[in-house]
Amino acid sequence: MIPAIFRVEERNEEFAGTVTLRIRGEAREVPTEFNPGQFNMLYAFGTGEIPISMSGSPADGNGYIHTIRSHGFVSRALADLRVGDAVGVRGPFGRGWPLDQAAGKEVLVIAGGLGMAPLRSLIYRLLSGTPEVSRLRVLYGARRPQEMLFLTELEYWSRRMELILSVDHAEGEWPGHIGVITGPLDKAEIDPDNTIAFLCGPEVMMRFCIQVLTAKALPESAIFLSMERNMKCATGHCGHCQWGPNFICKNGPVFCYEGIRRWFDIRAL
Amino acid sequence: MKTLPDLLHEHAFFKDMDEDHLAFIARCGENCIFNAGDHLARENAPANDFYVIRDGRVAVESYVPNHGSICLQTLQSGDIFGWSWLFPPYLWTFDGRALDEVHAVRLDGKCLREKCDADPKLGYALMKRFARIVTDRLHTTRVQLMDVYDQQKTSLDSGK
Repeated sequence: MIPAIFRVEERNEEFAGTVTLRIRGEAREVPTEFNPGQFNMLYAFGTGEIPISMSGSPADGNGYIHTIRSHGFVSRALADLRVGDAVGVRGPFGRGWPLDQAAGKEVLVIAGGLGMAPLRSLIYRLLSGTPEVSRLRVLYGARRPQEMLFLTELEYWSRRMELILSVDHAEGEWPGHIGVITGPLDKAEIDPDNTIAFLCGPEVMMRFCIQVLTAKALPESAIFLSMERNMKCATGHCGHCQWGPNFICKNGPVFCYEGIRRWFDIRAL
Repeated sequence: MKTLPDLLHEHAFFKDMDEDHLAFIARCGENCIFNAGDHLARENAPANDFYVIRDGRVAVESYVPNHGSICLQTLQSGDIFGWSWLFPPYLWTFDGRALDEVHAVRLDGKCLREKCDADPKLGYALMKRFARIVTDRLHTTRVQLMDVYDQQKTSLDSGK
């Protein structure tokens, strides 16, 4: 429960207000293994602590990579960190993406906006071939092309996986789809018996995507999503992130839709 | 070589449509190919037909003075472009521009209107399909207006 001291080793501004930080433990022996979909509690000294997913490769072993959007006091303080600055780290916490269930299947990764960050770790893992999947498709929706994360890397990866990009608005020559992500998702051929879907993004976007997936007869047990609520302790004790019978920090943040369907549709829960 | 009824039969828009109706509709159609940059439709021009997109992408655009064209949506294989032929004054509401080579079936709206008037069963079958397209596009537009990506916080970040 005591934060380890890490220092910012690299800082990359993705677009205005959103940065990716590589942080490394001051004590070099601090282990940095994690499972895709897990998160760390990052402590901006003097400001506060928030949960942020890992967005780097789980095989990196060279510290952690986190992508942070400046939104509240703490995230702003974290996004303002410069190379060499200190940050407190507790973690990794939570249950990540169920990779064992993806083995041999067609994997559909559906990301919305900043939701690409925790999914990038998953893509790294799937591209490494563990587990081996029969097909990998990534659908990524964002507001504008300028607000897409890791675009160069995704385009590079598109040689090894199917990549479908969609933005709400675009000007000039934009090769992807313009509209909402449910458009290309609706056009995608899905084998309901052999497909598993991983979603992360704004809850409303995931809701609409789930409607499309279930209309295509994909079982609820084959849909997994990463949820977010206000987390404090990250160990299931404080109750801040209680959601129905679950604690997002401990039982999630990745849940199977079949298990959380009852809570997912309750407003203001 | 596939006939026009075959091509229409393969398209999602005409799925499960009565074979006689399909053959009837196909008689109002012709195959067409557009190169990238070609316009399928121009805003305020007479809308005498609509397009069943078989392959390629089409941008639905509106021209803004002193700015240029703004793309509102892209359509692709499996989509339909155009319903202005259904309602007076039968003028295109937006531009339609091919983004790459587009293969489509152009259906003569005037011919179809007359057939629908003469055969209300065909008219109802066709209108139900267009109503579905219109509601889908309305839904898409509403979601776009919600600007969902602006409402999100950093992943797992309470923002406090």
